Amino acid sequence: MLDKKLLRLTNKGIYCEQADVYFDPWRPVDKAIISHAHADHARKGMKHYLCHDHSAKIINHRLGKSNIETLPYGKSTSINGVKFSFHPAGHVIGSAQIRVEYKGEVWVFTGDYKTEKDFITPSFESVKCHHLITESTFGLPVYQWEEEVILADQINNWWKKNVAEGFNSVIYGYSLGKAQRILSVLDSSIGPIYSHTAINHINELVKSNGYQLPETKPIAGANKADIKNAIIVCPPAMREPAWMRKVKPYRTAMCSGWMAVRGAKRRRNVDKGFVMSDHADWKGLNEAIEASGAENIYVTHGYSTIFAQWLSEKGLNAQPLKTEYEGETNDSNTDE
Amino acid sequence: MKRFAQLIDQIDQTTKSNDRIKYIVDFLHDVNDEDKLWFVALFSGKRPKGIIKTSLIKEWIVEITNLPEWLFEQSYHVVGDLAETIALLAPDQPKKGVNQDTLSKIIFELNTLKDKGENAKKQFVKNFWLTHSKAENFVFNKLITGGFRIGVSQKTVVKALGKFLDKEDNTISHRLMGNWNPKEVSFYDLLVSEDANDDNSRPYPFYLSYALEGKIEDLGDPSDWQAEKKWDGIRGQIIKRDDELFVWSRGEELVTDKFPEFNELKENLPNGVVLDGEIIGWKNNAPLPFHNLQTRIGRKTVSKKHLEDVPIRLIAYDLLEFNNKDIRQQSTKERRNLLEDLVKTNASDTLLLSDALEFNHWDELKDIRLRARELYCEGLMLKKKYAPYGVGRKKGDWWKWKVDPLTIDAVLIYAMRGHGRRSNLYTDYTFAVWDNEELVTFAKAYSGLTDQEFKEVDRFIKKNTVDRYGPVRSVKAELVFEIAFEGIAKSGRHKSGIAVRFPRMSRWRKDKKAEEANTIEDLHQLLNVYGG
Ligand SMILES: [Zn+2]
Repeated sequence: MLDKKLLRLTNKGIYCEQADVYFDPWRPVDKAIISHAHADHARKGMKHYLCHDHSAKIINHRLGKSNIETLPYGKSTSINGVKFSFHPAGHVIGSAQIRVEYKGEVWVFTGDYKTEKDFITPSFESVKCHHLITESTFGLPVYQWEEEVILADQINNWWKKNVAEGFNSVIYGYSLGKAQRILSVLDSSIGPIYSHTAINHINELVKSNGYQLPETKPIAGANKADIKNAIIVCPPAMREPAWMRKVKPYRTAMCSGWMAVRGAKRRRNVDKGFVMSDHADWKGLNEAIEASGAENIYVTHGYSTIFAQWLSEKGLNAQPLKTEYEGETNDSNTDE
Repeated sequence: MKRFAQLIDQIDQTTKSNDRIKYIVDFLHDVNDEDKLWFVALFSGKRPKGIIKTSLIKEWIVEITNLPEWLFEQSYHVVGDLAETIALLAPDQPKKGVNQDTLSKIIFELNTLKDKGENAKKQFVKNFWLTHSKAENFVFNKLITGGFRIGVSQKTVVKALGKFLDKEDNTISHRLMGNWNPKEVSFYDLLVSEDANDDNSRPYPFYLSYALEGKIEDLGDPSDWQAEKKWDGIRGQIIKRDDELFVWSRGEELVTDKFPEFNELKENLPNGVVLDGEIIGWKNNAPLPFHNLQTRIGRKTVSKKHLEDVPIRLIAYDLLEFNNKDIRQQSTKERRNLLEDLVKTNASDTLLLSDALEFNHWDELKDIRLRARELYCEGLMLKKKYAPYGVGRKKGDWWKWKVDPLTIDAVLIYAMRGHGRRSNLYTDYTFAVWDNEELVTFAKAYSGLTDQEFKEVDRFIKKNTVDRYGPVRSVKAELVFEIAFEGIAKSGRHKSGIAVRFPRMSRWRKDKKAEEANTIEDLHQLLNVYGG
């Protein structure tokens, strides 16, 4: 597919031979450049990692102490004549598009990205390039997101209503990204905010990098009698964990782009679905591609075949690229 | 329309029955009577039909969105629901709020479109899509494409109406039965007015039995109980009022035309009579197997051959109305006496009496049950002599005591292709029962149907696929099968938490709607009695 080009697909990941580095590789390699700290992009076993400043602590926390070098947005580093730099991807805190330049040819590997602004994640910035490797998690026209303020209203109104009816609110979001986004929209005047241990860990790391998050109490040690009018932010689980018993009565909500479709919500068996995604919607994907000015588009995880065909029909040189990234997983409780 | 869409959204956003009832009650408080009526109609399966062809609707959305047709089809494939796909694709303009039309007004306008040309229809639909929110478009699309079953069972609607009108659920279910037409009746006449005798054809809700739990001796004194054979046909109600005759099946379906044999009852029965009994194939003084009857009721029209091959009878076992009076509150014994008199004095070839079996000790009844097969029945029915005729399912007054008790009526919800010679057909099915308003799986089965039936089910599956997961298709919940099995136990393998041994399809219950399939409580009941 990408053979003889600056970047090409190998069985270990997307590879730049000139610099001998891999992008978000899924097998152990010597040198990996990491777009963000989600488990399907930052994997164990690389001898050396290069990532954005705000991903480093999280990667160390999740994978154990690793050999990590960091770079802020906009600064570049060169390896064997190839220039690399990070640019905000708007996906989660620390997420970056990776720009690669060699002899005037520019490639961008987006990793996961979201074009819509939210209250906490550094916003997506478009980067001009000749070759764009883009994700396509929500690459179908049925996926269209609302603005963050509208989502914030929906979530707070739901919480308020539950309070009025004597219910606690349990809201599911992945521990890195979605959880902080949920926290950033919550109106803490409604009631106490609790969070799950897995989320607390990430929150501490995020705060140590200078981000503001509201105060949360750990749900683990809380007493049943104290949990009133509360919202509990926790990672999605297929079965009811033991701690949920002390939260009763409660209503549940899932925050995910998949909630746009009723069937997906029904399969999750939650009371409420908020269409909150950390990935670009149909419009976002199309706008990002147009803004990049790229003529060659390689479409990774998601509706890659469909989306590549759509782009081809629009006159771009587009092709699907088979990677091992998972995007926003619909039913496992891993990260996206 | 906005308020109705809001209700659908609220219902969609909770898995709890009580929440749903509350939302419906709130809705009924907020809207006018016409909207209330149409709400009830839509959830009773009475929507305006055949106004716009689905193929046209697809054409229009492709045109509006400027998407290639293949991309629309791919989207539809992923979403799995046409109404929803279109709602998600139509340009969303929620902040406009220009259109404040009520649900009934929109339905009225849809009805006036019926005889108009394609252009007028297109104009109306496109205009609707462009001036309404996603939620409203979804509901509107459901109206024009059908399948208005959105997480609300009839039971929930009845409960909500009962609460809203401060009436007994029984009264509400009774009023909602029959072939009332939302274009001809008002909400007041249908549900509020005290005088309910406006609809000649209106049947009564059937009283349903439970499988006997524990030992027969636990029922106490045998002389308190009336025993009958449990007939293997379809439950039916025959109504004679004002010189008209109506035949209803348990599925709340008017089937008068399917059984022309009953026409003679129009002459023979007095007015103001409602009989409850079993419609059954009958030849040479004995019942025919259920399968024969099935071939007859599956057809739109009844041929001469059917009439000769499978003549039918009503085996009457209860009398619900007599002399134009609802006598359901009288005891089984009193109703029985009236019924016996009625059948005797109005002799007809098509009307038989379900005999009360003579017995003084439970042991005698046990012997009869063991001979059930020779007696052409599935087992016995036990009815408390001093109880009134109940409504729906209420434990305690009627028990069924079947020879093969391990059967459950279940809804087909997933299908896979079969193996070998059946690999081109969908023949491996997963079945589910109701857990409140959700269907939970408990069994897989792939045997028991004839080739002809498999072909028919296969066609249904291909036409009614809702979603695909690899080789598995999820299918519109519509077909009901009786699943027979050898044992029952707790298991994590299925969502119901229950698994059964050697399940097979013992019959296709074409006479039942999905709503009438058994529930998780029924499975638990079997588990308690036969499990372990
Ligand atoms: Zn990610």
